[in-house]
Amino acid sequence: MDIEELVDNLELLEDWEERYRYLIELGRKLPPLPDDQHTEQNKVRGCMSQVWMFPQVDDRISPPILHFLADSDAHIVKGLIAVLMVVYSGKTAQEILDIDIHAVFTRLGLEKHITPNRRNGFFSMVGRIQDLARTSLASAPSA
Amino acid sequence: MSLYTAHVSTAPSSRNEGGLDIQRIRQDFPALHQKVNGKPLVYLDNGASAQKPQAVLDTLVHFYQHDYANIHRGVHSLSERATRAYEAARGVVQRFLNAREEREIIFVRGTTEAINLVAATYGRTNLSAGDEIVISAMEHHANIVPWQMLCEQLGAKLRVIPMDDRGVLDMQAYQDLLNHRTKLVAVVHLSNALGTLNPVEEIITLAHQHNIPVLLDGAQSAPHLKVDVQALDCDFFAFSGHKLYGPTGIGVLYGKAALLEQMPPYQGGGDMIEEVTFEKTTYASIPSRFEAGTPHIAGVIGLASAIQYVEQIGLQAIHAYTQTLLDYGTQRLQEVPGLRIIGTAPHKASILAFRIQDIHPHDIGTILDQEGVAIRAGHHCAQPVMQHYQLPATARASLSFYNTREEIDILVAALQKTVRIFSL
Repeated sequence: MDIEELVDNLELLEDWEERYRYLIELGRKLPPLPDDQHTEQNKVRGCMSQVWMFPQVDDRISPPILHFLADSDAHIVKGLIAVLMVVYSGKTAQEILDIDIHAVFTRLGLEKHITPNRRNGFFSMVGRIQDLARTSLASAPSA
Repeated sequence: MSLYTAHVSTAPSSRNEGGLDIQRIRQDFPALHQKVNGKPLVYLDNGASAQKPQAVLDTLVHFYQHDYANIHRGVHSLSERATRAYEAARGVVQRFLNAREEREIIFVRGTTEAINLVAATYGRTNLSAGDEIVISAMEHHANIVPWQMLCEQLGAKLRVIPMDDRGVLDMQAYQDLLNHRTKLVAVVHLSNALGTLNPVEEIITLAHQHNIPVLLDGAQSAPHLKVDVQALDCDFFAFSGHKLYGPTGIGVLYGKAALLEQMPPYQGGGDMIEEVTFEKTTYASIPSRFEAGTPHIAGVIGLASAIQYVEQIGLQAIHAYTQTLLDYGTQRLQEVPGLRIIGTAPHKASILAFRIQDIHPHDIGTILDQEGVAIRAGHHCAQPVMQHYQLPATARASLSFYNTREEIDILVAALQKTVRIFSL
């Protein structure tokens, strides 16, 4: 699934209840994060819900591709993570940094979930993905 | 005084709800009359912070428009008016808490700063390595962390009164904790995470038998109960203005004058000194000693206005009414499939914390927001309480006198909808 498909699917759903059901469903279909990756190191702290993220860099190809596995103990957050994975996973560092995530979430009608609330583990996760992309870009040999 | 006196729109002729005309009272709170996500706002997050009555807003605007100047400094009329209003507010707080003297009232930023002040001044001068501070298992982080920091600095020990699964303190364990090394007992009056109303009279009496002073965290109790610091005989009492319908950034530390007089200053600066030379500074007497720098003048005046507003409704009436709401809410919440109330002490007030099946409180809060219902989801800055129940978080509805039974009904309907959405 790509972003366009997500936008189309969400647009089909008229009321918020159906949109949330769809998000919850997306979260349920998220590839599982292995139990041994639910570590303190992978935890993105939040006051309300917990988020874990395990990044993997595939540097067998150039430029390297970033993959993410993630999980949350809250269902809606897990659905939002699924959206984030559609947006970010399988992209290069430069592609990740070029994405205007606020614009994407606004198109999806999910903009209120991406407000900078430091207590929100989900939002911190966006920052962590971007940091990771920056680090990956900085450490890559210049072409 | 009359300029900064709050007015409550209660018409004695149309009273209901145990003496309170809630619909009239709601008219005093402009923020309550709005729609959120297309639904009328149901504000049930009062334990986090309460909305402000128009009287408080008017007081703040009036003060800034007419009487604003720095206090305790100028000889000019505006400064004198501001000083008079500021010091009159101290009198309002003194009467609110029934403190013996105005100088026992210290203005601080909030409950957190009040507790930090006591830790940094009373704590540092009266405790040494091996001494002990007693707190309870249901404290807010604000009544844990300042003591932990103090203990780390001094090599002192933090002892914790355990609680049972209802959220009731083990009073026998408390008695056993008290010994000649105990230098302070600091407990919450009304628990923000569980709603437990602690037996503070007994806690204080027992501590005083060992000559141990007691600090009460009154952040949740001050808006809901008539607090009489002389009747309680507590040594310190801390509360925040913003939970009491007043401005943010202002709060109060009450301390017995005999204790405050022995305490060194908290922060150094202007307004807290008697005389300054480069060799030595002598400090002002209480309360100025603890109010360094230009204080939150407007906040203090707004707080006094909020207290007057609450007093016109009457704390006894507020307590009685919110107690009927709590009973109604407790009973109605049972109708939600799989709902479990967290905090079932026999003596409770104003707080309804709960879990529903395995639905995350964050998810509950998100769905409720769509329905216009504002609650809190999280650990409520009381992670040890969450650890006791082995939960990462709870959902919490917290009540005010401006809430209604109809709002509880809307909450219950929204929770039932939440259950439907998650039981695919």
